[in-house]
Amino acid sequence: MKKKKFKLRRAPFILLAIFLLSWLVGISLNEPARVLEQAKSICLECIGIG
Amino acid sequence: MELLRKWVQALWFFLTNGFWGFPLTGNLYQGPLKVICSPGLNCYSCPAATTFCPIGSLQQLLLGIRFSLQTGQFLFGTFVLGSMGMLGAAFGRFICGWACPFGFIQELLHKIPSPKFSITPWLTWLKYGFLLFFVIILPLALVDDFGMGKPWFCKFICPAGTLEAGIPMLILIPDLRSTVDWLYLNKIVIMIAFITWSIFASRPFCRTTCPLGAFYALFSRYQLIKLKLNVDNCTKCGACHKVCPVEIKFNETPDSYECVNCMRCMTEACHFDAIAVEIAGYPVFGRQPERKIKTINR
Repeated sequence: MKKKKFKLRRAPFILLAIFLLSWLVGISLNEPARVLEQAKSICLECIGIG
Repeated sequence: MELLRKWVQALWFFLTNGFWGFPLTGNLYQGPLKVICSPGLNCYSCPAATTFCPIGSLQQLLLGIRFSLQTGQFLFGTFVLGSMGMLGAAFGRFICGWACPFGFIQELLHKIPSPKFSITPWLTWLKYGFLLFFVIILPLALVDDFGMGKPWFCKFICPAGTLEAGIPMLILIPDLRSTVDWLYLNKIVIMIAFITWSIFASRPFCRTTCPLGAFYALFSRYQLIKLKLNVDNCTKCGACHKVCPVEIKFNETPDSYECVNCMRCMTEACHFDAIAVEIAGYPVFGRQPERKIKTINR
Protein backbone atom coordinates (compact mmCIF):
# COMPACT_ATOMS: atom_id res chain seq x y z
CA MET A 1 0.00 0.00 0.00
CA LYS A 2 1.46 3.33 -1.06
CA LYS A 3 1.62 5.76 1.84
CA LYS A 4 -0.57 8.78 1.27
CA LYS A 5 1.25 12.14 1.22
CA PHE A 6 -0.24 15.02 3.18
CA LYS A 7 -0.19 18.52 1.84
CA LEU A 8 0.77 21.27 4.26
CA ARG A 9 -1.88 23.97 4.55
CA ARG A 10 -0.18 27.36 4.48
CA ALA A 11 -3.23 29.57 5.10
CA PRO A 12 -3.23 29.16 8.93
CA PHE A 13 0.41 30.23 9.13
CA ILE A 14 -0.21 33.28 6.96
CA LEU A 15 -3.18 34.26 9.14
CA LEU A 16 -1.18 33.67 12.32
CA ALA A 17 1.62 35.88 10.97
CA ILE A 18 -0.83 38.67 10.04
CA PHE A 19 -2.49 38.67 13.45
CA LEU A 20 0.85 38.36 15.24
CA LEU A 21 1.93 41.50 13.38
CA SER A 22 -1.31 43.24 14.43
CA TRP A 23 -0.68 42.14 18.04
CA LEU A 24 2.88 43.50 17.94
CA VAL A 25 1.70 46.80 16.44
CA GLY A 26 -0.77 47.06 19.33
CA ILE A 27 2.00 46.43 21.86
CA SER A 28 4.22 49.04 20.22
CA LEU A 29 1.37 51.57 20.57
CA ASN A 30 1.04 50.70 24.27
CA GLU A 31 -2.48 49.35 23.76
CA PRO A 32 -2.14 46.63 26.44
CA ALA A 33 -1.90 49.38 29.09
CA ARG A 34 -5.20 50.84 27.91
CA VAL A 35 -6.82 47.38 27.79
CA LEU A 36 -5.57 46.64 31.30
CA GLU A 37 -6.86 49.98 32.56
CA GLN A 38 -10.32 49.22 31.13
CA ALA A 39 -10.39 45.63 32.35
CA LYS A 40 -9.39 46.61 35.90
CA SER A 41 -12.39 48.86 36.40
CA ILE A 42 -16.08 47.97 36.42
CA CYS A 43 -17.71 48.99 33.16
CA LEU A 44 -21.16 49.96 34.42
CA GLU A 45 -22.37 50.65 30.91
CA CYS A 46 -21.25 47.18 29.85
CA ILE A 47 -23.29 45.45 32.53
CA GLY A 48 -26.43 47.41 31.83
CA ILE A 49 -26.13 50.08 34.53
CA GLY A 50 -25.76 53.73 33.67
CA MET B 1 -14.19 12.14 25.03
CA GLU B 2 -17.36 14.03 25.93
CA LEU B 3 -16.49 13.69 29.63
CA LEU B 4 -12.98 14.98 28.93
CA ARG B 5 -14.46 17.95 27.06
CA LYS B 6 -16.68 18.77 30.01
CA TRP B 7 -13.65 18.75 32.31
CA VAL B 8 -11.71 20.97 29.90
CA GLN B 9 -14.68 23.36 29.74
CA ALA B 10 -14.85 23.43 33.54
CA LEU B 11 -11.10 24.05 33.73
CA TRP B 12 -11.35 27.01 31.33
CA PHE B 13 -14.34 28.30 33.25
CA PHE B 14 -12.28 28.44 36.43
CA LEU B 15 -9.11 29.68 34.71
CA THR B 16 -10.91 32.67 33.21
CA ASN B 17 -12.93 33.19 36.42
CA GLY B 18 -10.27 32.28 38.93
CA PHE B 19 -10.38 35.22 41.35
CA TRP B 20 -12.46 33.97 44.24
CA GLY B 21 -11.22 36.61 46.67
CA PHE B 22 -13.83 39.12 45.50
CA PRO B 23 -16.20 38.65 48.47
CA LEU B 24 -13.32 39.78 50.71
CA THR B 25 -12.01 42.61 48.55
CA GLY B 26 -15.50 43.77 47.50
CA ASN B 27 -14.14 44.43 44.04
CA LEU B 28 -13.17 42.70 40.84
CA TYR B 29 -9.72 41.27 40.06
CA GLN B 30 -7.27 44.05 39.16
CA GLY B 31 -4.05 42.14 38.64
CA PRO B 32 -1.74 41.96 35.62
CA LEU B 33 -3.37 38.81 34.16
CA LYS B 34 -6.13 41.05 32.87
CA VAL B 35 -3.92 41.97 29.96
CA ILE B 36 -4.45 38.41 28.64
CA CYS B 37 -7.26 37.80 26.17
CA SER B 38 -9.99 35.41 27.27
CA PRO B 39 -10.43 32.86 24.48
CA GLY B 40 -14.17 32.58 25.10
CA LEU B 41 -16.86 35.14 25.84
CA ASN B 42 -16.31 36.11 29.48
CA CYS B 43 -17.21 39.54 30.84
CA TYR B 44 -14.20 41.32 32.36
CA SER B 45 -16.49 43.12 34.77
CA CYS B 46 -17.28 39.75 36.35
CA PRO B 47 -15.75 39.98 39.85
CA ALA B 48 -13.96 36.64 39.38
CA ALA B 49 -12.69 37.34 35.84
CA THR B 50 -8.93 37.06 35.44
CA THR B 51 -8.69 38.01 31.74
CA PHE B 52 -10.18 40.62 29.41
CA CYS B 53 -13.16 39.94 27.18
CA PRO B 54 -12.10 40.46 23.54
CA ILE B 55 -15.54 41.67 22.46
CA GLY B 56 -15.84 44.14 25.36
CA SER B 57 -12.31 45.47 24.91
CA LEU B 58 -12.62 45.80 21.14
CA GLN B 59 -15.79 47.88 21.53
CA GLN B 60 -14.15 50.06 24.19
CA LEU B 61 -11.24 50.83 21.89
CA LEU B 62 -13.41 51.42 18.83
CA LEU B 63 -15.85 53.72 20.64
CA GLY B 64 -12.98 55.92 21.79
CA ILE B 65 -11.07 55.95 18.52
CA ARG B 66 -11.73 59.66 17.83
CA PHE B 67 -10.51 60.64 21.28
CA SER B 68 -7.49 58.38 20.81
CA LEU B 69 -6.60 60.03 17.50
CA GLN B 70 -7.05 63.52 18.93
CA THR B 71 -4.67 62.73 21.76
CA GLY B 72 -2.15 61.13 19.43
CA GLN B 73 -2.38 57.66 20.96
CA PHE B 74 -3.49 55.77 17.80
CA LEU B 75 -5.21 52.95 19.69
CA PHE B 76 -7.17 51.18 16.95
CA GLY B 77 -7.72 47.86 18.71
CA THR B 78 -4.84 46.14 16.92
CA PHE B 79 -3.64 44.40 20.09
CA VAL B 80 -7.12 43.02 20.84
CA LEU B 81 -7.74 42.11 17.20
CA GLY B 82 -4.33 40.44 17.03
CA SER B 83 -5.09 38.40 20.17
CA MET B 84 -8.48 37.34 18.83
CA GLY B 85 -7.08 36.64 15.38
CA MET B 86 -4.24 34.43 16.61
CA LEU B 87 -6.68 32.41 18.71
CA GLY B 88 -9.07 32.16 15.76
CA ALA B 89 -6.37 31.21 13.25
CA ALA B 90 -5.02 28.52 15.57
CA PHE B 91 -8.17 27.03 17.07
CA GLY B 92 -11.21 28.60 15.38
CA ARG B 93 -14.43 27.41 16.95
CA PHE B 94 -12.65 24.71 18.97
CA ILE B 95 -12.69 27.55 21.51
CA CYS B 96 -16.52 27.63 21.42
CA GLY B 97 -16.73 23.91 22.04
CA TRP B 98 -13.93 23.55 24.58
CA ALA B 99 -13.07 26.86 26.28
CA CYS B 100 -16.06 29.21 26.36
CA PRO B 101 -17.59 29.68 29.84
CA PHE B 102 -20.94 30.87 28.50
CA GLY B 103 -21.07 27.97 26.03
CA PHE B 104 -20.42 25.62 28.96
CA ILE B 105 -23.29 27.18 30.94
CA GLN B 106 -25.64 26.74 27.99
CA GLU B 107 -24.62 23.10 27.59
CA LEU B 108 -25.32 22.43 31.27
CA LEU B 109 -28.73 24.12 30.97
CA HIS B 110 -29.51 21.96 27.93
CA LYS B 111 -29.08 18.85 30.08
CA ILE B 112 -32.25 19.75 32.02
CA PRO B 113 -34.87 17.20 30.91
CA SER B 114 -37.37 18.89 28.58
CA PRO B 115 -38.66 18.71 25.00
CA LYS B 116 -35.84 19.69 22.65
CA PHE B 117 -36.24 21.92 19.61
CA SER B 118 -34.00 22.77 16.68
CA ILE B 119 -32.97 26.29 15.66
CA THR B 120 -34.05 27.63 12.27
CA PRO B 121 -30.90 27.84 10.10
CA TRP B 122 -31.46 31.46 9.00
CA LEU B 123 -31.21 32.60 12.63
CA THR B 124 -27.56 31.54 12.65
CA TRP B 125 -26.74 34.39 10.26
CA LEU B 126 -27.83 36.97 12.84
CA LYS B 127 -24.58 36.65 14.80
CA TYR B 128 -22.62 38.10 11.87
CA GLY B 129 -24.96 41.10 11.98
CA PHE B 130 -24.30 41.50 15.72
CA LEU B 131 -20.54 41.35 15.07
CA LEU B 132 -20.67 43.85 12.23
CA PHE B 133 -23.17 46.34 13.61
CA PHE B 134 -23.20 46.05 17.42
CA VAL B 135 -19.47 45.45 17.90
CA ILE B 136 -17.91 47.44 15.04
CA ILE B 137 -20.12 49.91 13.17
CA LEU B 138 -22.40 51.32 15.90
CA PRO B 139 -19.65 51.93 18.51
CA LEU B 140 -17.60 53.61 15.76
CA ALA B 141 -20.32 55.62 14.07
CA LEU B 142 -22.83 56.76 16.70
CA VAL B 143 -20.97 59.16 18.97
CA ASP B 144 -21.96 61.80 21.50
CA ASP B 145 -20.88 65.45 21.61
CA PHE B 146 -17.49 64.40 22.96
CA GLY B 147 -16.88 61.99 20.09
CA MET B 148 -17.39 58.91 22.26
CA GLY B 149 -19.53 55.95 21.18
CA LYS B 150 -21.17 53.24 23.25
CA PRO B 151 -20.35 49.54 23.71
CA TRP B 152 -23.56 48.56 21.94
CA PHE B 153 -23.32 44.80 22.25
CA CYS B 154 -22.34 44.84 25.94
CA LYS B 155 -24.77 47.58 26.84
CA PHE B 156 -27.90 46.36 25.08
CA ILE B 157 -27.49 42.64 24.36
CA CYS B 158 -24.83 40.55 26.11
CA PRO B 159 -26.52 38.05 28.46
CA ALA B 160 -23.10 36.73 29.57
CA GLY B 161 -22.29 40.15 30.98
CA THR B 162 -25.59 40.29 32.86
CA LEU B 163 -25.14 36.82 34.33
CA GLU B 164 -21.44 37.04 35.14
CA ALA B 165 -21.15 40.72 36.05
CA GLY B 166 -24.44 42.60 36.21
CA ILE B 167 -26.10 40.44 38.87
CA PRO B 168 -22.95 39.67 40.96
CA MET B 169 -21.94 43.35 41.01
CA LEU B 170 -25.35 44.43 42.29
CA ILE B 171 -25.02 41.84 45.06
CA LEU B 172 -21.43 42.86 45.82
CA ILE B 173 -21.90 46.64 45.70
CA PRO B 174 -25.29 47.61 47.22
CA ASP B 175 -24.82 51.28 46.22
CA LEU B 176 -25.25 50.30 42.58
CA ARG B 177 -28.82 49.10 43.15
CA SER B 178 -30.18 52.65 43.13
CA THR B 179 -28.86 53.13 39.56
CA VAL B 180 -30.85 50.23 38.07
CA ASP B 181 -33.21 51.37 35.33
CA TRP B 182 -35.02 50.02 32.25
CA LEU B 183 -31.71 49.21 30.55
CA TYR B 184 -30.74 46.74 33.25
CA LEU B 185 -34.21 45.21 33.24
CA ASN B 186 -34.01 44.88 29.47
CA LYS B 187 -30.77 42.95 29.85
CA ILE B 188 -32.27 40.76 32.55
CA VAL B 189 -35.13 39.88 30.18
CA ILE B 190 -32.64 39.02 27.41
CA MET B 191 -30.62 36.87 29.83
CA ILE B 192 -33.70 35.00 31.05
CA ALA B 193 -34.79 34.47 27.44
CA PHE B 194 -31.45 32.89 26.52
CA ILE B 195 -31.33 30.78 29.69
CA THR B 196 -34.81 29.46 28.96
CA TRP B 197 -34.02 28.94 25.28
CA SER B 198 -30.86 27.01 26.26
CA ILE B 199 -32.96 24.45 28.10
CA PHE B 200 -35.01 23.72 25.00
CA ALA B 201 -32.43 24.23 22.23
CA SER B 202 -28.71 23.55 22.07
CA ARG B 203 -26.43 26.59 22.47
CA PRO B 204 -28.88 29.22 21.16
CA PHE B 205 -26.70 32.21 22.07
CA CYS B 206 -23.60 30.74 20.40
CA ARG B 207 -25.53 29.92 17.26
CA THR B 208 -27.62 33.04 16.79
CA THR B 209 -26.06 35.96 18.66
CA CYS B 210 -22.45 35.52 19.78
CA PRO B 211 -20.17 37.96 17.90
CA LEU B 212 -17.06 36.14 19.13
CA GLY B 213 -18.39 32.85 17.72
CA ALA B 214 -19.10 34.71 14.47
CA PHE B 215 -15.51 36.00 14.40
CA TYR B 216 -14.02 32.56 15.04
CA ALA B 217 -16.39 31.05 12.45
CA LEU B 218 -14.65 33.13 9.77
CA PHE B 219 -11.60 30.88 10.29
CA SER B 220 -13.48 27.58 9.87
CA ARG B 221 -11.87 26.77 6.54
CA TYR B 222 -8.37 27.99 7.43
CA GLN B 223 -7.84 27.32 11.15
CA LEU B 224 -4.62 25.50 12.08
CA ILE B 225 -6.33 22.69 14.01
CA LYS B 226 -9.51 21.41 12.45
CA LEU B 227 -11.68 18.38 11.87
CA LYS B 228 -11.12 16.69 8.54
CA LEU B 229 -13.42 14.42 6.60
CA ASN B 230 -11.81 11.42 4.92
CA VAL B 231 -14.17 11.18 1.97
CA ASP B 232 -12.91 7.71 0.99
CA ASN B 233 -14.02 6.26 4.31
CA CYS B 234 -17.38 8.04 4.58
CA THR B 235 -20.35 5.76 3.89
CA LYS B 236 -22.85 8.66 4.15
CA CYS B 237 -24.66 6.74 6.88
CA GLY B 238 -25.66 10.00 8.56
CA ALA B 239 -24.59 8.95 12.07
CA CYS B 240 -22.66 12.21 12.46
CA HIS B 241 -25.84 14.22 11.87
CA LYS B 242 -27.61 12.60 14.81
CA VAL B 243 -25.06 13.48 17.52
CA CYS B 244 -24.21 17.00 16.37
CA PRO B 245 -25.24 19.57 19.02
CA VAL B 246 -25.41 22.36 16.44
CA GLU B 247 -27.33 20.33 13.85
CA ILE B 248 -24.82 20.32 11.01
CA LYS B 249 -24.28 17.49 8.55
CA PHE B 250 -20.54 17.08 8.94
CA ASN B 251 -20.07 14.73 5.98
CA GLU B 252 -21.78 17.27 3.70
CA THR B 253 -20.25 20.46 5.12
CA PRO B 254 -17.01 19.59 6.98
CA ASP B 255 -15.92 23.26 7.01
CA SER B 256 -19.27 24.51 8.32
CA TYR B 257 -19.17 27.88 10.09
CA GLU B 258 -21.51 26.44 12.70
CA CYS B 259 -19.30 23.53 13.82
CA VAL B 260 -18.04 24.12 17.38
CA ASN B 261 -15.55 21.24 17.00
CA CYS B 262 -16.85 19.29 19.97
CA MET B 263 -15.69 16.11 18.16
CA ARG B 264 -18.76 14.09 19.14
CA CYS B 265 -19.22 13.08 15.49
CA MET B 266 -15.69 11.66 15.45
CA THR B 267 -15.66 9.92 18.84
CA GLU B 268 -19.28 8.90 19.34
CA ALA B 269 -20.86 8.48 15.92
CA CYS B 270 -18.51 7.56 13.10
CA HIS B 271 -17.58 3.85 12.99
CA PHE B 272 -15.76 4.18 9.69
CA ASP B 273 -12.87 6.42 10.73
CA ALA B 274 -14.01 9.07 8.30
CA ILE B 275 -13.35 11.98 10.66
CA ALA B 276 -9.95 12.98 12.03
CA VAL B 277 -8.31 15.96 13.69
CA GLU B 278 -5.58 17.54 11.60
CA ILE B 279 -2.97 20.23 12.21
CA ALA B 280 -2.13 22.22 9.09
CA GLY B 281 -2.96 19.23 6.89
CA TYR B 282 -1.38 16.48 9.00
CA PRO B 283 -3.83 14.10 10.73
CA VAL B 284 -2.88 13.76 14.39
CA PHE B 285 -5.91 12.18 16.00
CA GLY B 286 -8.24 9.59 14.51
CA ARG B 287 -7.23 6.87 12.12
CA GLN B 288 -5.50 7.54 8.84
CA PRO B 289 -7.35 6.58 5.64
CA GLU B 290 -4.80 3.92 4.58
CA ARG B 291 -5.11 2.08 7.92
CA LYS B 292 -8.82 1.68 7.32
CA ILE B 293 -8.21 0.33 3.83
CA LYS B 294 -5.76 -2.24 5.27
CA THR B 295 -8.46 -3.43 7.68
CA ILE B 296 -10.93 -3.87 4.84
CA ASN B 297 -8.39 -5.90 2.81
CA ARG B 298 -7.89 -8.48 5.58
